[in-house]
Amino acid sequence: MTPLAKLLEAALFASARPIATEELAALDPDASPAALAAAIDEIREHYDVEGHGVELQEIAGGWQILTRAEYTEAIERAQLAARPQRLSAAALETLAIIAYRQPTSRAEIEEIRGVAIGGVLKSLHERGLIDVVGRGEGLGRPLMYGTTPVFLEHFGLRHLEELPRADELAIALRAPVTASAAAPHE
Amino acid sequence: MSTSAFGADTPSSSFSVELPQYSGPLDLLLTLIREEQVDIYDIPIARIAQQFVERIRTLELNEAAEYLEMAARLLRIKAQLLLPAGEQELWEDPRAELVRRLLEYQQMREVVDLLERRGEERRSHFGRAYLPAQPAPLQAPLALSLVELLSAVDRVLRAVSRPDMHDVVPRAIDVPGAIELIRTVLMLRARVLLSEIIADAREPWQVLSALLGLLELAKLGELRLAQPRPFANVEISPAAPPDASARDAASEAA
Repeated sequence: MTPLAKLLEAALFASARPIATEELAALDPDASPAALAAAIDEIREHYDVEGHGVELQEIAGGWQILTRAEYTEAIERAQLAARPQRLSAAALETLAIIAYRQPTSRAEIEEIRGVAIGGVLKSLHERGLIDVVGRGEGLGRPLMYGTTPVFLEHFGLRHLEELPRADELAIALRAPVTASAAAPHE
Repeated sequence: MSTSAFGADTPSSSFSVELPQYSGPLDLLLTLIREEQVDIYDIPIARIAQQFVERIRTLELNEAAEYLEMAARLLRIKAQLLLPAGEQELWEDPRAELVRRLLEYQQMREVVDLLERRGEERRSHFGRAYLPAQPAPLQAPLALSLVELLSAVDRVLRAVSRPDMHDVVPRAIDVPGAIELIRTVLMLRARVLLSEIIADAREPWQVLSALLGLLELAKLGELRLAQPRPFANVEISPAAPPDASARDAASEAA
């Protein structure tokens, strides 16, 4: 491997979270973007072609070294690492709505889900999956929520655009209403 | 700000209902429509409404307001459908709003399925030591014995002359004075140690003033405080130029 690829590999190994391309660039200010991309490709191919227990994945706008899926059970059985807990159906529904309609308000989420969402927003916020991104224009200036990079990490998404566009889904959601129009909740 | 905002979300526990099968009335309704294999655009409201009510009774969900509200809505639509239609051109299907919500809900469920698949795929890979998001840790673990702690206190107290234990005279802590002093020193020198700043202090309140002054200036961003390890001497330097400090802050945040 080239020296640059080795440097990036060391940094990726040391980090518990995906490292953004810009952060990788900071490791060697002299490296051109092209050289950086080549080095990343080199690491990925190194793992894939030569056959390693780990792989390089592109997640949340960055890169992360992850174990291969086929070893997950053995690692978990030996209690060396534990998978994060699955999210509840209520949490997933809330996240799906926020991901598509962000910034969105609690009232809008409740209207689409047809239930009061109770502590779900709080626990999603505690897990770092969503954040308050501002206030709406409507009555009482409701808090508006959006997803965070941790959301992308949790679902292994490179970016939000990786989710199918609304018009690619089997049934189209109505166009997002403006916050002021959404406020007078039926 | 956000924590207090979220605090209001906490539900009163008496109203949280365990719904093992359905995540809401729309979910139950969609399940019934699927089970009965009826057209979502032409829902036989009377039949579905009856089944809906039966289902929430068997599930003992009758405390869940949302399910009751949906049951009421279905019955109202059923009643509206029984009324003579009147003029055909102005007639609106009373089911339209319900159908719209069901379709919207179903689409959201489609996204949920996708997120579930992607989440499951991500869960089957481990990163290096899974770390839940948490505040930045201390520079070094604070492993100190009582003796070390006391000797540290002693060192600070020895920096000033023995305080007079009997004389309880309230003294105003002079933070502005200390700030002025520190600013003057930093104009002359690029790096100062805390021990030097408090070297002339005669009394604990003077040390305290210097300390508060330093913290205030650090908060204002006029200087940087560095301590290589706990209880080491504190190094004071003027704040870096704005662009450099911004970069530092960015890398720390990352």
